[in-house]
This record gives sequence, C-alpha cells and structure tokens, in this order.
Amino acid sequence: MLEKALYGSKGYYVWILLLLGLIGLGSIAYYTQLTQGLKITGMSRDVSWGFYIAQFTYLVGVAASAVMLVLPYYFHHYKAFSKMIILGEFMAISAVSMCMLFIVVDLGQPQRLLNVILHPTPNSILFWDMVVLNGYLFLNIVIGWTTLQAERKGVTPASWVKPLVYLSVIWAFSIHTVTAFLYAGIPGRHYWLTAIMAARFLASAFCSGPAILLLLALLLRRLTKYDPGKEAIQSLAKIITYAMCVNVFFFGLELFTSFYSNIPGHMHPFTYLFFGLEGHGALVPFMWAAVVMAIGCLVLLIPPALRNNENILVPALLMLVGASWIDKGLALLVAGFVPNMFERVTEYAPTIPELAIAMMVYATGALILTVLWKVAISVKKEIA
Amino acid sequence: MGINRREFLKIVGISAVAGLGGATAVDLLRRAPVEASQASPNPKALTAKRWAMVIDTRKLTEADCQRMIEACHRVHNVPDIGTKQEVKWIWTEEYEHAFPDDMNEFVSDEVKHKPFLMLCNHCDQPACVRVCPTKATFKRADGIVMMDMHRCIGCRFCMAACPFGARSFNFGDPRPYVKEENRKYPTRMRGVVEKCTFCTERLEEGLMPACVEVSNGALIFGDLDDPNSEVRQALRSNYSIRRKPNLGTQPCVYYIV
Amino acid sequence: MYDGGKIITGLVVFVGLVTFPLWSNVGKAAKKPDPKIDTPVIQQLAEKKCIEPKAFMQAEHMKILNDWRDSVVRDGNKLYVSSSGKTFNMSLQNECMNCHSNKKQFCDECHNYTDVKPYCWTCHIEPKEKEKVAWASIEENS
Repeated sequence: MLEKALYGSKGYYVWILLLLGLIGLGSIAYYTQLTQGLKITGMSRDVSWGFYIAQFTYLVGVAASAVMLVLPYYFHHYKAFSKMIILGEFMAISAVSMCMLFIVVDLGQPQRLLNVILHPTPNSILFWDMVVLNGYLFLNIVIGWTTLQAERKGVTPASWVKPLVYLSVIWAFSIHTVTAFLYAGIPGRHYWLTAIMAARFLASAFCSGPAILLLLALLLRRLTKYDPGKEAIQSLAKIITYAMCVNVFFFGLELFTSFYSNIPGHMHPFTYLFFGLEGHGALVPFMWAAVVMAIGCLVLLIPPALRNNENILVPALLMLVGASWIDKGLALLVAGFVPNMFERVTEYAPTIPELAIAMMVYATGALILTVLWKVAISVKKEIA
Repeated sequence: MGINRREFLKIVGISAVAGLGGATAVDLLRRAPVEASQASPNPKALTAKRWAMVIDTRKLTEADCQRMIEACHRVHNVPDIGTKQEVKWIWTEEYEHAFPDDMNEFVSDEVKHKPFLMLCNHCDQPACVRVCPTKATFKRADGIVMMDMHRCIGCRFCMAACPFGARSFNFGDPRPYVKEENRKYPTRMRGVVEKCTFCTERLEEGLMPACVEVSNGALIFGDLDDPNSEVRQALRSNYSIRRKPNLGTQPCVYYIV
Repeated sequence: MYDGGKIITGLVVFVGLVTFPLWSNVGKAAKKPDPKIDTPVIQQLAEKKCIEPKAFMQAEHMKILNDWRDSVVRDGNKLYVSSSGKTFNMSLQNECMNCHSNKKQFCDECHNYTDVKPYCWTCHIEPKEKEKVAWASIEENS
C-alpha cells in the first residue's frame, strides 16, 4: 500500500519537499549538537531538561488521538468514527515517533542509547517509558496497517487484530500514566510531586490530541475532499470539550492545594509562572495567554450551538491547542526546575539551534503523518 | 509435501531471527577473559560499611572552604567553566539556600553568613540511583553513590531527581576548561553526568578524601555503622543537621552548627 | 527490452556505487601495522613481558580493559592477578600507559590500520608529548 504515497498532486510533492528541506536544515543544527554537545542549547546545570523533553511530554499526549476514537468505535460500536479512526491511529504513529526522536536528540551520548536495553533497569521509570512507547508504536502500526489492508480487500480484519485493538486502548492509558510518573515520582521537585499528575496528563492528552487531529482532519477535508462526516466531527468536538473541562478543573485543584495550604515550596513554581519570582518572569506572558485561551476555548466549546458551527470550532480548537501546549509543552517542565534546589532562580530559554533541532523532529513527524495519511486517503478513495 | 509461499516466508523469517539472535547470544555467553577471581580490592584500601562525612561548620571559614574546593577540583580534573552550564563537585552556599526548608525568620548572624560546604550526600535511599535507566549511577556496598561514566547515556534524569543539586552535566567537552591536569585521574567526556564520589580512587589507596585531607580536622570522614568511629563520636557529642531530611533519602553528610 | 537505455544506465550506476569501496581504495594499500614497544620503561624491565602472553593480549586486550573498567568502577576492585601469578594495578591510564607511553606508535598503529576508534582517551589522559620526545631521542641514541 505504501506505493500510494508515491503518486500525488503537485502540491503534495511541494509539501514533501518542503518538509525534507526543513529536516535538512534542522539536521545541520543537530550535527553541530552531535559534535559540540548540548552546550549549544539553553539548558543549564539548574534547568537540565529543556525544550526537547517538554515537546516529548506534549507529544505523548498527542498520541492519545487514537484512543479517543478507538474506544467509542470498538467498545461501544460507535460507527460514526469509521472514516476517522485510521487518521487517529496513523497520527499516533507520527506522534510516538516524534516522542522517541525528542528523547534521542536530548541525550548527551546518543550512541549509547542501547545501554537502556543492554542494562535493563526496572526501577527506572524511563525504562518503562521506553517499553510502553515502543509498544504503543508497534500496536498502532500493526492495527492501522492491517485494518486498512483488510478494508482495501473488502474483508474483515484477521481475528488476531481484535485483541490487539482492546490492548491498545488500555496501552494508551499506560503511556500517559508512565510519562507522568517520570515527573510525579521525584522527591524535591514541588511542581511535579503531585498524585494528580497522571490524571492531569490524561485529561490534557484527551483534549489536545483529538483537537490537533480534528484540526488536521478539517484541513484534510479542504485539501482532499475526504470527509470524515459531520457526526464524527461533532462527536469528537464533544469529547474534546469534556476533556478540556476536566483538564482546567485539575489545574484548579493544583492551585487550590498550593495556595490554600500556603506551603511556600508548593506556591513558588506557580508564583514564578504567573507573576515572576525574584525579578525573573520569562513565562508570565505565556501563562496569562494560556489562561485567556483556555477560558476562551471553553466559552466557545461548551455551548453546542457555537461548537457545532465550524467557523467557531476551528479558532476554539486552535486556542485549546495553544493553551494546552503552553501548560504541558513549556510550563510543566520549566516550573519543575525553577526555583532550583537552593531556592534560587535560574531561567531557561531555548536557543536558535535548539529550536531548529525541534523543528527537524516536528518536520519528520509531519512527513510520517503525510505519507501515512496519503496512503489511508488513497485506499479509502479507491474502495469508495 | 506441499509448502506454499506464505509458509515458506514464515519459516525463512523465523530462521533469520533465530540465527541473528543465536549468534548474539553465543557472543554474549563467551567466557570473559578475566575471571572474577583474578580481580581483588587493594589490601591497603580504607573500608567501611557505610561511609559518611561530618562537617564541623564552626571551624570553617570561607578561605578553608575554598582550599578544599580547590583540592577536590584539582585532583579530579573538574573543569572551571564559569557559566550556568558549570561543573562542580563541591562548593559553598549560604545557610538559607543550603537548608531552604528551615525557614526560621531570624537566624543567628554567625550561621546566616557562614559558608556551608555542598557536595553529594551519598544518600542511603538515593533518588538518582532509583531513576537511572542504565545503572550508570549506583550504590556501592559501602554506601558510596558512584558514577560509571562509561555507561552514562546523558539523559539527565538523575539531575532532575537529585534534591540536593549535587550533579553536573558536561554540556560540552570539559578538557579545554581543565587548567592543570592531574595525570593520574581521568577527565570526563562531553555528554555525561558527574558528581562527588567520596574519592573512591583515594580510599582504594588508603587515603582520605581530598577535601578531608586539607580540612585541618574540620571534616570528619568515617563509618556510620561503627559506633566507635570518629563520625559517630562527633555526632554523639554535637548537635547536627542534614539537608532536606524530610524527603527520606537519608543523606550521609552531617553538618555541626 | 523496454526502457533498455534507462535500465543499463541504472545498472552501471548501481554497480559503480556498490563497488565504490573497492575502486576508491585501489593503490592505497595501507602498510602493515608495526606497533613499537621500546619505551624507556619497557627498556628497563628485566623481563620484557606484558601482563599476559603477547598473543592473548593482541586478541583480548579490549575485553580485558572492558572487564577491568567494570571491575574497578562497579565492584571496587583495584588489583589484577595475572595467569603467571603477578599482581597489577587495573588502570589503563596509570598501569598500561605507564609502560606503553608511546600511544601513537603502539595503540594508534593498529587502531588506525583497522579503523577502530576507541574513545578511551576522550577521558583517560594519554602520556604527554614531552615524554614521547624524550623517548624519540632515546631511540635515536640507541
């Protein structure tokens, strides 16, 4: 089926070339990092993880795009998602691939990556994260590809696919939970040491992942006339709305515990994020923008009349993605490191090469997504 | 006997996987050239069940601390980088930053402005060891939390996990920043994490850690499991504190104030 | 044959690429490596023997170093008793390189020939250039 990715319109080829160009540009930056080390990034002794790990964390959430379709479709036989489900599964593949690439570009000694397997360490959450991410990638490749192939041939998928589908639903929960455990099990980082972290990850994932999927699906409809169906769009928007409500609610819970308990260590990261600390407040404008976007998108998403109007739905989803990205792809990581272990403030900002490398990974993910969706759409059109 | 293309391909695939896996397994199982019985510790080595350090801050001035920092960083080829990507094994902090959980509004002037030596606490329950995905950082039987720089992949999970900010990452090649090389000790390479090792290489030779050696008795190093050791005696007769004991990592560096 | 021209051109390009390692190295045969062991320290040894027999060291030195580093760093061992019963310090920088102070003529000679790039010396400090000069002058004198 992969050969379908080779035949496309001029626009399709231009897009592919553009992505390859971006990957090429980014790899120059990555080559610099490989030869000089992570000193070309904005990371420091105090903020020892940065943009890469933050994007990894956000993209684990985006991989949830599949499960919010697979669960209703297979568990509740909700057939309206039948045209959208393959898009979700293939987007999960792209998102998980980007997650792994972000981990690799963050390593100081990437050529020793296999030490994680040569010296397996079950007490390390990172070991389990590797297991669940690879597992989820594998599950989505196998399920997505076999169901699409069966559909192309007009037969039902092989019987062994069904158990894998059920497994993938449970597995999806594991990738968010285990990734949250990377943070939530660390003593001494007040912003991360919270039992609700995994729940927040799930809520954030279940709104941001499907939101990005829905935005891309609407774009796809415009470009290729592939229509996932009105009911599918509206149902997914409803799921996104509920998840975003829960996401904002959970964030409020964190605020309550920190500020009502009045424990300085718990308040400091929030104070840093929203008001700045000791004269440092690089994230303050971002945080307030996130607040405005989060409230704005809820105002537009909660009333069905507004949500079902696509001219309103699209900006609402864009605001949702913006707000959740600032919360999870930026603030979550930095606020764990600021203030540092000595209650001092060292700020972090990514450098240009660091952003170029991140762009390389995003372009790679976009390339994977483009090719997979091209195959899916071509097959769907062929059998239609 | 009929065999269709599908089955043939299955068999070929399985054989290929088994062949590759088998070769790797054979390679791994090959007898190591060095028998375990051929290697042994140095009989001169200082040993303990649980190494610990007691820092008598009453006896320390800023100049004393600088002398110890200098001794440690020189003997271990610690680079002097001087940016926020710096590397340090031992350094000084003010009281309120060294013990941020102790939030007494008013502290005696003496304590408030005294330098406190910061170094790896060699915790009994080290968070860094718990999170390391390759066992590159591990706890020795004598309590020392050690780094295997050969194995470290540079994921920096340990730096996120350490509540004491004891760890440094080599963002770039440290060599150009090592002023005077100690030719008996290696440097590090770019992309690995490093920290204080309680001078395992000196203990093996029967020597006290470098900082202890130049401390004029202000630093006491010994076995916490031995009730008659110097460290236990010091802790018995003086009031001491540790950094962030509420996190349960059980630091093995004590401060007499 | 359809598209014969394209196929033949493609084949030529393919064969050219596949045989690249062969024709690009024609006439550039490297000379056989000849590691030297005549350093001042080795010269003064009563019995010029490494820790284990020469053939064993040639074949297994990388494995010995690998085992040593795990044994020293992870198990806290420091001493190695060789098959001949002698005791050595397990240290590349302070034991091996003490005798083999001529890294360029000893280590690099074969490593360059076989194009292996062990990263020992990114951390372990190789003997000083000065010592090599001293050794070179000894060689000239002898």
